[in-house]
Amino acid sequence: MSDTAGGNAPKPSSSVKLVLLGEAAVGKSSLVLRFVNNDFQENKEPTIGAAFLTQKCTLPTRTIKFEIWDTAGQERFASLAPMYYRNAQAALVVYDVTKPSSLTKAKHWVAELQRQASPGIVIALVGNKLDLTNDGGESAGGSRSPPLEHGSGEDEDGEEEEANDVGGGELPDSGDARKVSTREASSYAEEEGLLFFETSAKLGTNVVDVFTAIANAIPESSLKTGRGTAGAGQTSLGNRSAEDARVNLGERNAATAKEGCAC
Amino acid sequence: MVNGERPSLCDQRLKNQALNCPRNDCGMTAPRSASASPSSADWSAASSQDATASPASKTNVANHDPVLEEIRPPLPPRPTTLSLLNDETAARNVGLQAEATTAVSHAEIETLAPEPSGSTYSTLAVRNLSDGLKAKASLSHLASARGSETADSASIRSSIQNSDPGDVEVLFKDFAPTVPADHMDTKSLLHYPECAADDIGDVEFAEEFEPVGELDETAANEDLLLQRWKSKRKHFLIISAAGKPIWTRHGDGGLISTYVGVVQTIISFYEDSNDHLRSFTAGDTKFVILTRGPLYLVAISRMLENDNQLRLQLEALYMQILSTLTLPSLTHLFSVRPSTDLKRPLQGSETLLSSLADSFTRGSPSTLLSALETLKLRKVHRQAINNALLKTKSKNLLYGLVVAGGRLVSVVRPKKHSLHPGDLQLIFNMIFEADGIKAGGGESWVPVCLPGFNSSGYLYMYVSFIKLNADTDDHEDIVKDESVAVVLISPAKESFYEMQGMRDSLVEVSSQTENIFEVRELTLIAFLKQMEKNGSMQVVAASIDQGRPATTDIVPGTVLHHFMYKSRANVQFTMSEYSPEFTTTARKRRLMSAYNNIHSSIHAKNSQIKVHYCVSKSASTFAWVTPIFELYCVAEPNANRKALVQGASRIAQWAQREEERLFIIGGAVF
Repeated sequence: MSDTAGGNAPKPSSSVKLVLLGEAAVGKSSLVLRFVNNDFQENKEPTIGAAFLTQKCTLPTRTIKFEIWDTAGQERFASLAPMYYRNAQAALVVYDVTKPSSLTKAKHWVAELQRQASPGIVIALVGNKLDLTNDGGESAGGSRSPPLEHGSGEDEDGEEEEANDVGGGELPDSGDARKVSTREASSYAEEEGLLFFETSAKLGTNVVDVFTAIANAIPESSLKTGRGTAGAGQTSLGNRSAEDARVNLGERNAATAKEGCAC
Repeated sequence: MVNGERPSLCDQRLKNQALNCPRNDCGMTAPRSASASPSSADWSAASSQDATASPASKTNVANHDPVLEEIRPPLPPRPTTLSLLNDETAARNVGLQAEATTAVSHAEIETLAPEPSGSTYSTLAVRNLSDGLKAKASLSHLASARGSETADSASIRSSIQNSDPGDVEVLFKDFAPTVPADHMDTKSLLHYPECAADDIGDVEFAEEFEPVGELDETAANEDLLLQRWKSKRKHFLIISAAGKPIWTRHGDGGLISTYVGVVQTIISFYEDSNDHLRSFTAGDTKFVILTRGPLYLVAISRMLENDNQLRLQLEALYMQILSTLTLPSLTHLFSVRPSTDLKRPLQGSETLLSSLADSFTRGSPSTLLSALETLKLRKVHRQAINNALLKTKSKNLLYGLVVAGGRLVSVVRPKKHSLHPGDLQLIFNMIFEADGIKAGGGESWVPVCLPGFNSSGYLYMYVSFIKLNADTDDHEDIVKDESVAVVLISPAKESFYEMQGMRDSLVEVSSQTENIFEVRELTLIAFLKQMEKNGSMQVVAASIDQGRPATTDIVPGTVLHHFMYKSRANVQFTMSEYSPEFTTTARKRRLMSAYNNIHSSIHAKNSQIKVHYCVSKSASTFAWVTPIFELYCVAEPNANRKALVQGASRIAQWAQREEERLFIIGGAVF
């Protein structure tokens, strides 16, 4: 019934709707690109709106087909987020280990998901850009240097600049641009009952592991009872639209009635 | 063929629709005659500027050739080729005139915020092609002895910029003779004043798009960066009326803050006295300012473009901002806090502005002609694609487009709504020029405001790319040209799966009727399977492979190297391929400059010119405007004029014969 991957898959297969959330330029799209295409692009341009991708993940007992919603991190798209996390069985909340403000934003997303998303949603907290740190270096709370002054306009090219910092910027000794300690994030994740990973989309570190862990964490029951197919996904987003005030295309100035504000 | 009955892609209804929007009140009440009067505006601004701008340019001119300044060359005699107009095709289509003029041109949207303090220029003024462009174009200086607009005046003066043949970059690869080959024919031409041409070098132009670089910590490299910044031929700035920089194409806010301050001061000086500064010229640099509500958009160009052309580019940038924010949201932000920093709300869309700006710097035929380029297809094939679109159309679909590398293949639209070229330009820019959507690799669902359609709200756009075949050659356009995108636009925020489902439903239908259809890619959409079945995709692929036609394919042995043909009724254009002469960006830019130049001449205010012929050191250009079409051609500078005109005439005949293949006429309407 929930078998979408075609008849030739020997294992039971089910679809999982997964959404990525997080501040702009933390590397959400890069994580997805690494997971789906095993590829990485420097200076990737910001996502506009949201991208929809699929990828299979094979577990010993079953196959999970991820339907991934990679959302744009900019504030103005935030109002669209509920559309993507509604009925999602899993969420990846991503922050940038070199940017403390992005963890704060991630915490906001976690809170929103816990409040608004489906009760059984599996949430993974992911600290990305591990390649900019001394790998595994637990630079505990005390040694954290104070946050740098980040201009608001810097977000987009943040990654590039941080990379330069490693080479010769403020941290010439350690080469460590880490601003968020593993301990801080992991203890928060523990409190909230989240999966926790630090990844590097650039190097591929831990990326597949995140998705595999999520696949494992999704209860069998929710796969059986939940919506399994793409068709079901369609209804989950589609039927909702019926409730919304909709524009009647038959009318002359139909589209004038749409909501006017992005924020 | 009854052209007059034909539904055009863009029609009057948009305007009716616009009437329903309260925001248009100002736009509608502001006199339409603004389209005829901007010249006076131009003059007031220009005259107030004379004190500063004129001396500079005069000295500049004087340095080049003092003689020219005193003795103005005579006006060129009207070409005798007017007989072209008696061409029977032209005659039989005369009835179309009304339709052509009501076609929505690129600049015609009423999306604009009311300007402060009752400006008379609050409408876009470019009402339509026939009176708009003509009315606002640039030959106005002819009436005056002031020669402050060097670039504008170029087409009717002897070339000043190029007075030294040594540094003329030729338009053609193998530009050889300065002595005309055909004395018989070109002798008379020597009496014609020469057109200007851009002298953009390949290396220099490649650097145009390079980033200026970042200031280092001690700002030790500031001078170097500023020098690099100043060496750019073209700049765009967007600042708020309160003086906050919002976006600049080159250099970041910190580096150029002083210059931004100067620009802001100059603009607000005039604003304060209720005299809106529209443009000024300093030396060979042209500044054009567009005020839109709380925003000042500034174009600074050292290339061959006139005020109007630059203004259209600024309009497009403004539309991009509206497309990101919507007009009510933009107005709200500034009414709440005039000192709002718009950078943050626009975050992430800077790349869209930049790619749009760069397409203008490279030269955009679509913007120049205010029209869309379409992919040439046999009528039956286009019909098959249209039918597939109609068959699979889902409930919430507003517009459906199939686009092949920035060229429109097919359109499905409701009877009551037309498409706006300016909106499509934004969509094409987003999909094909900027990487945000394309690089994602999946399907996209993008909230987008199409200001030409309605600037007050968002539509939702489903985008999916289809790879046809990845054979590439070294043609630089190929990356863009090979990709085919399916764009489905819906007013319903949550209709992603519905749009995507256009695939699913049809897959089902097709699998019932015909069994084996291998899904080539996940992103293939329903009707594409349908299209595969009937071979349409192969046809599209073949047509893309073929590329644009060469001029010699159409007219064997012609002297023409390139042409652009615009069908005014359909607001679409077609052109010949760039290769072999215009493959590099610099050559393409010189070609576009030549077109800019002749376009501005033939659409000049008060000119009733129907044909215009013009020779520069690097090219001879020919423009021919009728109520049905506009045709622009470029040939070598020493090309035989008769041959050129004959070639142009043959191309016009060809285009009219092939009209239904070249253009989308009506599209699929539901």
